[in-house]
Amino acid sequence: MRALLLKDLRLMWRSPLLTALLVIYPIVIAVLIGLALSAGPDKPRVAFLNEVPADTPLTVGGEEFDLVAGRDELCDRIECVRVSTRAEARDLVASGDVLGALILPADLIQKLESLGGLAPAQATVEVLINEEDPVKGQLVDDRIESLLAGANLRISQQISEISVGYLGILLDGGSLDLLGAEFEVLGLRAAEAILTQVGDQLPKGSEQRQELERVIDFASVAAENLAVADDLLGAVSQPIGVDRQVVGGSSPSLDLFAIAVAAAITLMFTTMLLVAGSLALEREENTYRRLVRGLISPSGLLAEKIALGIVVAVAVTLLMLAGLELFLSLQWGRFLLWLPAIAAGGAGFAAFGAAVGGAAREVRVASLLAFMVSLPIAFLSLVPSGTVGPGLFDVIGIVTALFPFDPALRALQGALEEAGPSLAAAIAHLAALTVAYSLLARLALRRFD
Amino acid sequence: MQTLSSSVEAAIEVASVRKSFGDRAALKGVGFAAEAGELLAVIGPNGAGKTTLLSIIAGSVEPDGGRIEVGSGRVGFVPQRPALYRKLTVEENLRLFARLEGAEELEGEVERMLEQAALGERRADLAGTLSSGNQQRVNIAIGLLGHPAVLLLDEPSTGLDPRQRSRLWEFVLGLAAAGTTVIFSTHNIAEAERYGNRLIVLADGEGLFDGTPAELHAAAGDGAADFEAAFVNFLRERGH
Repeated sequence: MRALLLKDLRLMWRSPLLTALLVIYPIVIAVLIGLALSAGPDKPRVAFLNEVPADTPLTVGGEEFDLVAGRDELCDRIECVRVSTRAEARDLVASGDVLGALILPADLIQKLESLGGLAPAQATVEVLINEEDPVKGQLVDDRIESLLAGANLRISQQISEISVGYLGILLDGGSLDLLGAEFEVLGLRAAEAILTQVGDQLPKGSEQRQELERVIDFASVAAENLAVADDLLGAVSQPIGVDRQVVGGSSPSLDLFAIAVAAAITLMFTTMLLVAGSLALEREENTYRRLVRGLISPSGLLAEKIALGIVVAVAVTLLMLAGLELFLSLQWGRFLLWLPAIAAGGAGFAAFGAAVGGAAREVRVASLLAFMVSLPIAFLSLVPSGTVGPGLFDVIGIVTALFPFDPALRALQGALEEAGPSLAAAIAHLAALTVAYSLLARLALRRFD
Repeated sequence: MQTLSSSVEAAIEVASVRKSFGDRAALKGVGFAAEAGELLAVIGPNGAGKTTLLSIIAGSVEPDGGRIEVGSGRVGFVPQRPALYRKLTVEENLRLFARLEGAEELEGEVERMLEQAALGERRADLAGTLSSGNQQRVNIAIGLLGHPAVLLLDEPSTGLDPRQRSRLWEFVLGLAAAGTTVIFSTHNIAEAERYGNRLIVLADGEGLFDGTPAELHAAAGDGAADFEAAFVNFLRERGH
């Protein structure tokens, strides 16, 4: 078997295109993933038209909001393209130069400031969207809505505080500025105290005292209820808060999940295509009959091909992970766990490739078949729960469990970080698939010659 | 495959071999024996069962019945289409198969084959870059690894030009002269007459004749212009 393994490695070396693909492919994958993870998503281009007169301050309830900081925050989350007219903004959106436009109307500040007075009017901003690209359109929508939600929250909190101030004056008394004139307000508690003193001077049981006591009771109830209004207004300004608790372990890293996906895809393509092609090549070169005529058994030949797949899988995947180290910090302390995960994944894919190569019997057909079968199942394995109906998700779960991609992905996740899935369970799953596909490959070899 | 006892003189003995593929009988009880150094040609029309017979003798195909016994040594098999790795050199192909054959003197065996096949100068060339004739010589050289007592050649000259065929037969005749029993199948009747000491004629899985070319000519009757015409007459008279 060792002689055949060395022969196959030599054949790979003699095929410059194949060898280049096996070396370049993981490096390209590593660089692409590294760049994607380190650079972050591109900002959508959005036209920004500010019709609010320059240097207009925004003051709500006596507090001045920093409009420049707000604009900078907006332009930090999207790429702002400054425009000077509505027509220009609309043209840019229509032509697709920008994905959307955000227009701040001239009366925006005036309406916002009215929220702190006694004649509030709702302020609106205008958003123009080009949905030629629905994904990016949704991204613009989400970012602008998120930004406006933040601004709304801050303004509503300020308005709540103003309202609480008004209520405080009603409750405890104070001065109130209305239309430029200052008024002194007595306050419910002071009014209650005065009325109580006046009531004490009236004869007990008199009709006047009874009427006055009804007013005193009202003032007391009103004061008690206004006293709890502070909390109520605070709750209304942010009805749903988030109380995040971690009940155990640490959540798997999104970056490491992406790396595990990339490693599993690399494993899948290199190992499956190599083993399927290598086995089919034995028939195309007419050497299969010569080999199994007493030199090696068909099962021995299959074992050699699977060993070849494991050797190449380990080499290529480690090369890819080493490339990723340029962009991300991997947990090299878990290296000894990486090896069994990669080897088990390689064995599963190699056995599957052998079954494909044995059934296809020709190198080109085997490569095409391996590609056509593996890609959709890999995509299915990445469908997250909750995105499809429960019944369909169960079916997807069964289908993907019959293919090495899903357990290989779990094994790599488990090997890359402690918070990942169980490595032992994934390796056991892969071992079972390796045996099953090896048996199928052995059956296929019956009609291989 | 069984091995003959030392008292048997034949290098190989094939008796009543039968093989069917589904409903079709490929071989219907074929038998013959061959001695050391003999050159035996198996001829017959397409579908006669020639390749099936050689594959069964080689051990690649299991017979349904019958017996095959080899005097001593092993059987080497050379398939019709070269069975070698085109991306390996001539020497690497020979070394690989010699190692798989378990050759004791690996390098010596490889050198012997390179010399015997007159491919010493092409030893470092990739097999895929060789001419068809030279690929066939490497193919035969691989079949000769391990010193087989019996060498089976399945249509060895197919696709070769006259000069390549001539060099190939020169090589094969040298093997027979050295004591190797050579059994070859061919469509080329003239080649069978020229190089075969004996002819086995198969048609529709039946063994119709076992004898020398002269005996086949005689069995076909007078009037045939040449050996090929005699062979066609022979088949026609027997309903094929």
